[in-house]
Amino acid sequence: MDPEPKKPEDSPSNSANSHTPVQPPSPFPDEVLEKVLSFIDSHKDRSSVSLVRKDWYNAERWTRSKLFIGNCYSVSPEIVARRFPRIKSITLKGKPRFSDFNMLPRDWGANVHSWLVMFAKVYPFLEELRLKRMTVTDESLELLAKSFSGFKSLSLSSCDGFTDIGLKAIASHCRNLTELDIQDSVTEDVGGGWLSCFPENFASLEVLNFASLNSEVSFDDLERLVSRCKSLRVLKVNESITLDQLQRLLVHAPQLLELGTGSFLQELTPRQYEDIESAFSNCKNLQILSGLWEANSLYLPVLYGACAGLTFLNLSDAPLQSGEFAKLLAHCPNLRRLWVVDTVEDKGLEAVGSSCPLLEELRVFPADPYDRHHRDGVTELGFLAVSRGCRNLHYVLYFCRRMTNAAVVTIVQNCPDFTHFRLCIMTPGQPDYLTNDPMDEAFAAVVKTCTKLKRLSVSGLLTDLTFEFIGKYAKNLETLSVAFAGNSDWGMQCVLEGCPKLRKLEIRDSPFGNAALLSGLKKYEMMRSLWMSDCNVTMKGCRLLAREMPRLNVEVIMDEESDESQADKVYVYRSVAGPRRDAPPFVLTL
Amino acid sequence: MSTLSREENEMVMMSSEESSNDSELELGLGLSLGGGKAKFKPPSPAAATAAGGGSWDQYARILTAKDFRSGVSTKTSSSSSSSSSSVTKANINGSCGTKRTAESPSSPPGLGVTLFVISLILGESGTTLDKISQVVGWPPVRSYRMNSLANNAKSPVTKDFFSTVDKCKSKNIVVDKNNITKEKGVRKTSLFVKVNMDGIPIGRKVDLNAHSCYETLARALDDMFRPSAAVGPRRSNVDEQGVVAGTRQSLQLLDSSSDFVLTYEDKEGDWMLVGDVPWEMFLNSVRRLRIMRTAEANGLGGHDVKIRFELEFERAWKIVLLADVTK
Repeated sequence: MDPEPKKPEDSPSNSANSHTPVQPPSPFPDEVLEKVLSFIDSHKDRSSVSLVRKDWYNAERWTRSKLFIGNCYSVSPEIVARRFPRIKSITLKGKPRFSDFNMLPRDWGANVHSWLVMFAKVYPFLEELRLKRMTVTDESLELLAKSFSGFKSLSLSSCDGFTDIGLKAIASHCRNLTELDIQDSVTEDVGGGWLSCFPENFASLEVLNFASLNSEVSFDDLERLVSRCKSLRVLKVNESITLDQLQRLLVHAPQLLELGTGSFLQELTPRQYEDIESAFSNCKNLQILSGLWEANSLYLPVLYGACAGLTFLNLSDAPLQSGEFAKLLAHCPNLRRLWVVDTVEDKGLEAVGSSCPLLEELRVFPADPYDRHHRDGVTELGFLAVSRGCRNLHYVLYFCRRMTNAAVVTIVQNCPDFTHFRLCIMTPGQPDYLTNDPMDEAFAAVVKTCTKLKRLSVSGLLTDLTFEFIGKYAKNLETLSVAFAGNSDWGMQCVLEGCPKLRKLEIRDSPFGNAALLSGLKKYEMMRSLWMSDCNVTMKGCRLLAREMPRLNVEVIMDEESDESQADKVYVYRSVAGPRRDAPPFVLTL
Repeated sequence: MSTLSREENEMVMMSSEESSNDSELELGLGLSLGGGKAKFKPPSPAAATAAGGGSWDQYARILTAKDFRSGVSTKTSSSSSSSSSSVTKANINGSCGTKRTAESPSSPPGLGVTLFVISLILGESGTTLDKISQVVGWPPVRSYRMNSLANNAKSPVTKDFFSTVDKCKSKNIVVDKNNITKEKGVRKTSLFVKVNMDGIPIGRKVDLNAHSCYETLARALDDMFRPSAAVGPRRSNVDEQGVVAGTRQSLQLLDSSSDFVLTYEDKEGDWMLVGDVPWEMFLNSVRRLRIMRTAEANGLGGHDVKIRFELEFERAWKIVLLADVTK
């Protein structure tokens, strides 16, 4: 088949179509325009390009090779196929983010299969597929494996629905595979036999990440695979791989840029210890390190030799204590991104402040989200310490049990460049623990000081005042997450009437009702989506919204226990594809 | 102390699936007592305090009316009736414990009074924190992350003997007529540990949370590692009496006279015989399993000694904590 389908007759030079206004002839021949446009990668830029004039729209659609669809229900496979004839790479995102926290019933949707059927027909030269929060069945993976002979790169992030049957199909049939990247998948036992299905002469892999699959794989097959794939730069194994096995893998692949270790808990003989230590020291290119399950002070030192060039250290699976953590950090002066568990406590974060001056991103996860063991975790003091030492900090995700307004005010003064500020005070509605005031002042300081703020998650006891400030000052805010906050409709209205760049708004358990919902009528079409759960919105309000805005899909997820008139879970998003055709019975499109 | 722990286990075992459905008891992890509006019936205080464990200071909480009211919702009254969807009830599904059959949830009065008195003496230390475990999706941490951290997080000095109820609980999914599956309770879906058997090169993994007692675990391991010629119902009818003609002998893992013995490596790296400690305690400390030839297992022992030491240590700590009245 001709890989370059001829352009249809609607090329701009032939447009004598009386329906469209006659545009002045383009100063550029199509070929020049297309050549220029082929250099534009960003999908936002391409979107803008396509709106300039009709010939630009056409040139753009012919030259676009990478497709980004932020909400799989905002458009349909047919519409995509009609507009873009030459796509090689597709990114598709499905479920709303709150599905990560089990707030969506199973079988809600976002099944990739109908997309794959279309892709198989229209884009036989597809090379890359990146899916996030979608349901991917084995049938879909088999279809994928068999339909695209040049397929290279598969990334599944927070996806579910597949087992090792589907992965076996990928391993067996995708001869040119360079990337297999599975992140944050569901915890069901997927089965490890797929790894053994790569053919004996298959050596093109550059990225292999199966860290979140919890089945044992055949180590022998893995070792052979790693030794064959000389271009391997990312290897993230799962917990079933032991330290001494890891050593053998590292000997085969010292060129790795990113490594996810397996289990770090194993009794090693002195010889084995030396071996693994020298294996790590030989990894001179390592930039990213993760895994480290059950790592402890005994074996962490084997890593030290590989840490000099580390820019991203992900310890979110390795709850360390402050002492061993500080010792490790001392060897990582170049860290830009750090993910830790709050077992390191404030003391550990002080070490971050002093050891990691280049730090840009910090995420602190709770070891004990339900507070069963009453451990301290981290507090405002740890966050303060980091802000003092790491002036380049612009991304933070911080789970804590106590916070003060004063601390946050100081923190954003120290680090005014925050683009992502996600603070989660774990007890809902908790005030400033020193003054007992609401945390309004804290978030007011965040939005006033951090003018570049794009993403904000608020928590703690918050009144409408917080939202007034957000609406007034957060000019660049794109994503806002709200939980257990606010007093009245006024709060949400402030956000919807302010925040000119708002794209995603997700709200749960807050007293915003129909008036608030309807105040955003004009705005929702400029946003990707709105999620409201367990607020005060009723079916009546949702129906009104749906009636007024036909280009929005207003979906209510029915809960068995809920009152018929309440709309417990509402998901509103713009769409050119009309209402979902695959909605399960508990999703009502109004 | 060991007496108390046994009785404490009895409490846990007595909660059954039917009764928890009837009375909507919050027998979950953080002793979450709130949540669920009109349907909620206050549980007997002792049963509620005892079941669910956590550290000692959770016994020390006075159960006030606040505990029986609804959870953390900030909604106005008009929507209060519908907020129950955001609040799940952490149900124990009666999977903890040994061979006890389902009984009513009421605990023996004597013990109940004792615990309640203790809780009165020690004063109120509970906060709304316990209610967090009721709320779906909060804190916003992904469930896979919660599972792995719960398995790996080192506990500080006091080992949480009684906080193993959560590990006993399997995902309690309710499928209703509309085919909506909902998860009730904390999402602690699986506790996979490796199992190796002497003489067999490939290890397996078993989900301990799919079992409620040693017997079912032993049976599952038997099925896994004993290839049988017989097809067909091999399930719970495979009994412990003797060899069935034509099939390989069952491993009899819990029978001390068998050729094989089931051992586990605990958090400290020690290898212990499986079956000595209460199931929940086992879940709390097991790292991986090994089916060992009896001949090699003779060195294992001192288990009772180890446990006794730990219990005494634990007891000493708890006395210290008991003395701390002010919070």
